[in-house]
Amino acid sequence: MADLEVSVVSADRELWAGTARQVVARTTIGQIGILAGHEPVLGILAEGEVRVTTTDGQVVTARAENGFLSVENDQVTIVAGAAELT
Amino acid sequence: MGAQLREYRARIRSAQTTKKITRAMELISTSRIQKAQQRVRASNPYARAVTHAVSAVATFSNVGHPLTTEAENPVRAAIVVFSSDRGLAGAFNSQVLREAGELRNRLEGEGKEVVHYLVGRKAVGYFAFRRRSYEKEWIGGTDSPEFETAQDIARTIVDRFVQPTDEGGVDEIHIIYNRFVSMLVQEPETVRLLPLEIVEGVEEPDRSGPLPLYEFEPDANTVLDALLPVYIESRIFNAMLQSAAAKHAATQKAMKAASDNADNLIGDYTRLANNARQAEITQQIAEIVGGADALGSAR
Repeated sequence: MADLEVSVVSADRELWAGTARQVVARTTIGQIGILAGHEPVLGILAEGEVRVTTTDGQVVTARAENGFLSVENDQVTIVAGAAELT
Repeated sequence: MGAQLREYRARIRSAQTTKKITRAMELISTSRIQKAQQRVRASNPYARAVTHAVSAVATFSNVGHPLTTEAENPVRAAIVVFSSDRGLAGAFNSQVLREAGELRNRLEGEGKEVVHYLVGRKAVGYFAFRRRSYEKEWIGGTDSPEFETAQDIARTIVDRFVQPTDEGGVDEIHIIYNRFVSMLVQEPETVRLLPLEIVEGVEEPDRSGPLPLYEFEPDANTVLDALLPVYIESRIFNAMLQSAAAKHAATQKAMKAASDNADNLIGDYTRLANNARQAEITQQIAEIVGGADALGSAR
């Protein structure tokens, strides 16, 4: 299965970038799980964590309050003014 | 004679101490330029992501938004001026303030009332000295801008923008900042921030083919509502970072010029001091020879 290209970006720098199998985030209308081949999405993130499962099975979690998430051609960008990895 | 020599020596010493100071400031700003440029670069992924997202929503939804609609009859405009907290940067602050003055004249010529928001002590000082009024100031953080400040500025001006005009709201918002062109060139740049023209001045990320059809969560309107203020924040943050980098570059240039001038002064005064010393010696010899002659002929 193809992989996702994920990057977590905050206002002053790129926090994390890499390939992942799965991204789970919470938008304002509920949780969304993204696998490769997902349709393009632009969603507003609600409070809570974004979980990224990398290709080697590790889990990276990030807080991205008041941010948004965009998915396009297996490229996932998680953007927030004050994002941080936890 | 001796007095003149002493004076030249004092001037040489004074130029030398000044040179030490300006040289140190030059080195400091050189190292800070690197840092400031790194921060500009580091903020690029964010700016790109935000711009990309905003243009995606804007392309695929025909939603009108208060932040993108032009007032039919604009009566008030705001100017946000990004200056620095410290001087010693050549024309850095004066050029951005001059640009602000020109913009103000132009807007007033169009019959709009102009209000100012100031960033940096120098702009505040300029306005205070001329007893001109301004709405709000942000001082103290221009050397290494914080994102929180950018958010605060964005919130303030967006609030003012969405206020109805007859309650004191503004219809247009312009920002003026020094853009970092290169180490040697910093140009004042004026951008109309609101009402928003999303295509304007934005570098389009290289992409092949058209934007895909997005699914919006929850829906296009809400997404746009949330994204536009973020976009404005990122533009303001970018302006602040650019301005900081430009400030350090301008300081570096100004301090280099000052050190070079001090070098020239030291050279000139050294030459004068040598002349004076030589003249003194010549005169002393003449006096001794004259004295010896007088004694010899008197005997």
